[in-house]
Amino acid sequence: MAVVGTATTAPPRPGGPIAWLRENLFSSWTNAVLTLLALWLVYEAVAAVLGWAVLHATWQGRDGSDCARAEAGACWPFVNAWFGQFLYGRYPEPERWRVNLTYLLAGAGLVPLMVPRVPHKLWSSVYLLAVFPVLAVLLLSGGIFGLRHIPTDLWGGLLVTLVISSTGIAAAFPLGVVLALGRRSPMPIVRSLSIGFIEFVRGVPLITVLFMASVMLPLFLPERWSIDKLVRALIMVALFSAAYLAEVIRGGLQAIQRGQFEAADALGLSYPQKMGLVVLPQALKLVIPGIVGSFISLFKDTSLVLIIGIFDLLGMAQTASSSPTWLSPSTPMTAYVVAGAIFWIFCFGMSRYSQMLERRLAAGGERVVAKTAED
Amino acid sequence: MTHFARRAALAAVVLAGLAGLTGAASAQTKTLDTVKQRGQLVCGVNVGLPGFGAADDKGVWSGLDVDYCKAIAAAVLGDAGKVRYVPTTTKERFTALQSGEIDVLNRNTTWTISRDSSLGLSFAGVNYYDGQGFMVKKAAGVKSGKELGGATICVQTGTTTELNLADFFRINNLQYKPLVFEKMDEALRAYQANRCDAFTTDASQLYAVRLLTSNPDEHIVLPDIISKEPLGPAVRQGDSQWFTIVRWVHFALLNAEELNVTQANVDEMLNSTHPDVKRLLGKEGDFGKGLGLDNDWAYRAVKQVGNYGEVFERNVGSGSRLKIDRGLNGLWTKGGLQYAPPIR
Repeated sequence: MAVVGTATTAPPRPGGPIAWLRENLFSSWTNAVLTLLALWLVYEAVAAVLGWAVLHATWQGRDGSDCARAEAGACWPFVNAWFGQFLYGRYPEPERWRVNLTYLLAGAGLVPLMVPRVPHKLWSSVYLLAVFPVLAVLLLSGGIFGLRHIPTDLWGGLLVTLVISSTGIAAAFPLGVVLALGRRSPMPIVRSLSIGFIEFVRGVPLITVLFMASVMLPLFLPERWSIDKLVRALIMVALFSAAYLAEVIRGGLQAIQRGQFEAADALGLSYPQKMGLVVLPQALKLVIPGIVGSFISLFKDTSLVLIIGIFDLLGMAQTASSSPTWLSPSTPMTAYVVAGAIFWIFCFGMSRYSQMLERRLAAGGERVVAKTAED
Repeated sequence: MTHFARRAALAAVVLAGLAGLTGAASAQTKTLDTVKQRGQLVCGVNVGLPGFGAADDKGVWSGLDVDYCKAIAAAVLGDAGKVRYVPTTTKERFTALQSGEIDVLNRNTTWTISRDSSLGLSFAGVNYYDGQGFMVKKAAGVKSGKELGGATICVQTGTTTELNLADFFRINNLQYKPLVFEKMDEALRAYQANRCDAFTTDASQLYAVRLLTSNPDEHIVLPDIISKEPLGPAVRQGDSQWFTIVRWVHFALLNAEELNVTQANVDEMLNSTHPDVKRLLGKEGDFGKGLGLDNDWAYRAVKQVGNYGEVFERNVGSGSRLKIDRGLNGLWTKGGLQYAPPIR
């Protein structure tokens, strides 16, 4: 008791911003130097970006000559003139509402599916996987119900990027699950086919696959029998990412303990029930970061299609910067920055959503595996 | 054994099927009939090369090569607007033509013997005589490539450009120092940063590249052309009728310029008494028949697109931002190389 009585209570921790600075940023002279260095770097970076994007930027102009000054920053009137093409490619302007309507229809399916609180998940997924693709093809391509037919070589920009990546994701996911299960199947033919496909595709670069689709395939087919170039690319992208996804999912399957399989068997569940109700829900939850990683890289890989003459967002940016009217030293940089920013918005969005999903699933399950220190 | 036999039979059927497919692909259908039936010319163009083939922010295609697509469509279908442009990359342009995806390739493609002989294509003519040139700073006061002795020259590696450069200096017994870059942008940046005295690439590109410098007026393109890069439209081999049409549309545009028939005066020229003009515009003779067209074919091409000079000036010459000199692409009567056989 006496000890407690004589003990001086700890002095109150000094508060306020200065104390915080001293404790966190300038606690030793090395930290102080690092802090100052970091501050200087941040200042330089921010000043350079601001200088390029705002202070030295060109805001008004009719063609490239207005942006051709020494030290010229971003050429914004160029972006203004070409922004429609960045988003829609050469899709005819009066018909662009069809693309917007398609986005709206996609949103109508995606939002209820992605927001946890909204019910009717099953119906949303049926709509998204069965009804929406048909609607989207009819709307975008036309040639029916009095809609003008728009051939796919006019599609471009963000539209093509989204078409390829969403089709790729939607087709690659189920295919990847099937391949992953096939690879672990006891049936020799199924297993060797799955392994053969996965290893073949993983051994070939995507560019080669796309080249095959665009250059070799037409030579083998009769002249009248040409498959649309975009469709060819779509199929190849989907098959390609399915193989990668299969390996990610196989990792999840391997992490499930034998007991789970045996328990499901003991309950008398059939194979589809065992996989669908017991194994896959756990396995997929474990590999969410891997799956989303695959999706993000698929989204970014779509820009490779520009090498076979399909104008995705990046392809459009390159075309735009070589347009004769807007040729200037600052045009290419501006085009790339805009394309990069649009890519970043989508990838960052996907990444944040996957983190939300992970936390939610980890909290809901009994086996708290994905729960990490970050929350 | 029976299992194996069945498999072998299956393999044979598959192979035969494939052979049948490829056989069907190589069976030539007449391109002219296909185009007429389709009502549209499918034209392979560059994905974006200023002055030759590029689409603007409204998606409207323009350029020297694009105007050739229009001229062919005007001659064959009667409407320069009936063209579907297929942007092709360097790597897939020939396959697109071979596989029948496009009817004609108007994509600044260099005519060489290997392409003519082993790729299954035929070049119908030269619509632009290109060649490697030099860009220097105006302030340096250099007037000719031969004055570049001892100069440092920025060049892109791994291309014929680098080899042509070495040949040029060796032939002229001059010393030079190449500064080699992987990408054209890097080479250009080094040139702008005064790391070299001259920048070299194909002349047609030099003019576009000049617009990418911060002050285009400070740079000039020297008159020397040190290599041969004849660019022209290509068609599939084995369809001589279509080949002749494409070739003669080019000649018609050249003849029109030589005879001073322009887009503006072509209607008045219909009444001309000049026999060459009458033959060109179909008032005399039956020359369109031989091509499988009507006799107004050349009239329509000139009326809707203009003669070669107009096409040149509009897209790459004085009417464009590139401001390329006619040079080698002038008519033979004016010291250039453009020469068309007569229509008679």
